[in-house]
Amino acid sequence: MTFTIPIENGNGVKDAEADSQRTLYPYVTGTSVVAIKYKDGILMASDMGGSYGSTLRYKNIERVKAIGKHSLLGASGEISDFQEILRYLDELILNDNMWADGNSLGPKEVHNYLTRVMYNRRNKFNPLWNTLVLGGVKNGEKYLGMVSMIGVSFEDNHVATGFGNHLARPILRDEWHEDLSFEDGVKLLEKCMRVLLYRDRSAINKLQISKMTEEGLTVYEPYSLKTFWEFSAFTNPTVGAEGSW
Amino acid sequence: MSSIGTGYDLSVTTFSPDGRVFQIEYAAKAVDNSGTVVGIKCKDGIGVEKLIASKMMLPGSNRRIHSVHRHAGMAVAGLAADGRQIVARAKSEARSYESVYGDAVPVKELSERVASYVHLCTLYWWLRPFGCGVILGGYDRDGPQLYMIEPSGISYRYFGAAIGKGKQAAKTEIEKLNLTEMTCKEGVIEVAKIIYKLHDEAKDKAFELEMSWICEESKREHQKVPDDLLEEAKTAAKTALEEMDAD
Repeated sequence: MTFTIPIENGNGVKDAEADSQRTLYPYVTGTSVVAIKYKDGILMASDMGGSYGSTLRYKNIERVKAIGKHSLLGASGEISDFQEILRYLDELILNDNMWADGNSLGPKEVHNYLTRVMYNRRNKFNPLWNTLVLGGVKNGEKYLGMVSMIGVSFEDNHVATGFGNHLARPILRDEWHEDLSFEDGVKLLEKCMRVLLYRDRSAINKLQISKMTEEGLTVYEPYSLKTFWEFSAFTNPTVGAEGSW
Repeated sequence: MSSIGTGYDLSVTTFSPDGRVFQIEYAAKAVDNSGTVVGIKCKDGIGVEKLIASKMMLPGSNRRIHSVHRHAGMAVAGLAADGRQIVARAKSEARSYESVYGDAVPVKELSERVASYVHLCTLYWWLRPFGCGVILGGYDRDGPQLYMIEPSGISYRYFGAAIGKGKQAAKTEIEKLNLTEMTCKEGVIEVAKIIYKLHDEAKDKAFELEMSWICEESKREHQKVPDDLLEEAKTAAKTALEEMDAD
């Protein structure tokens, strides 16, 4: 189903290539990103999968990247659009560094920039098909925010994209509190990621946790969660509903 | 060296009978009248420095060393506004190279592009040549490199280069140094000594030392020399001067 809107250039003539430039649907997508504020900064977790529709095509995609000295960007949605956003941000950070004036862009500034980019693309009916999580620490202040593909943006103590919104955030609402220690933060994130692994079909069991504190960024090696499939409901799934599968 | 090019010096598109383009030579004079810029290539990096003469200006303003990309930087001598234009062009070339080829621009390529841009402005009568020379230092796969681009549009690679007022004296001093064995830290101090030495006899009042480097220590990124090292260099330079005067 192609939904076309005539795009006119200044002369009132329909630009023949305008339609082919607009994003219609995503192709290679990443699933949820979950992030929380903790005592020393921000913790962000995502799995390393890139789905091509229902096929789990790529299993080594880093969906959380460092931006400048102070921020972490995690993305779900179209991976190529994420790469494009990283290119924009790279140029932004480079130009900021070249001033060499002792200042550097913090998470709040980067979040604002991304919001403007996403919203303006959406207004041209050519969105970057991503939901972005932007977190960081600057001058001791922690910041965690989110921008969606239509330009909706907000900050919170814990955010999640995609399925994470439905499965992870209720857990976080109950169990998140101020000044989580690093270990508790990781345990909480793992709890969320485990639920997502069980219930989200595009999640894979290879996740990566990144941490941003005042001192800097640490990206941990990818690892797998321990799962348990011997729950009685899983062993005999059709009990109580004969004929189903 | 005063040679009057009567009649042949009115336009950059005119050759003199002895094969010179006077307008370009006059542009080079604009460079010679400005504060000295010294650049050296040590074993693992480049030290580029410059001096400014001003009274009411805030220290740190009117910067003459600019980063062109993460791995390259440029110091300008001559008309500052012309220099700004060259730096902007160099930044744009470096960015476009990376965007097309996916890798940081090799220093040689960058210097050729900048030189070609400077040369462009010597080809048309409705453009004037740039009144500034540039020392470009960068670090790429072939290691650290130093290039100098003159208003005529030529660019050469150097071990050590100087432009501006004290360039003759600076070049003599640089030749005395053993650059192949010097580390960048030592190089920074040597460059500071040279600048302080040269400035001594100049008729200008005050000057400010601006230094940048790009070496293993700075993670191959162009950045200002850290404050403590800069202070160390300045003190060493002043002591060296006093020792000389004491003789």
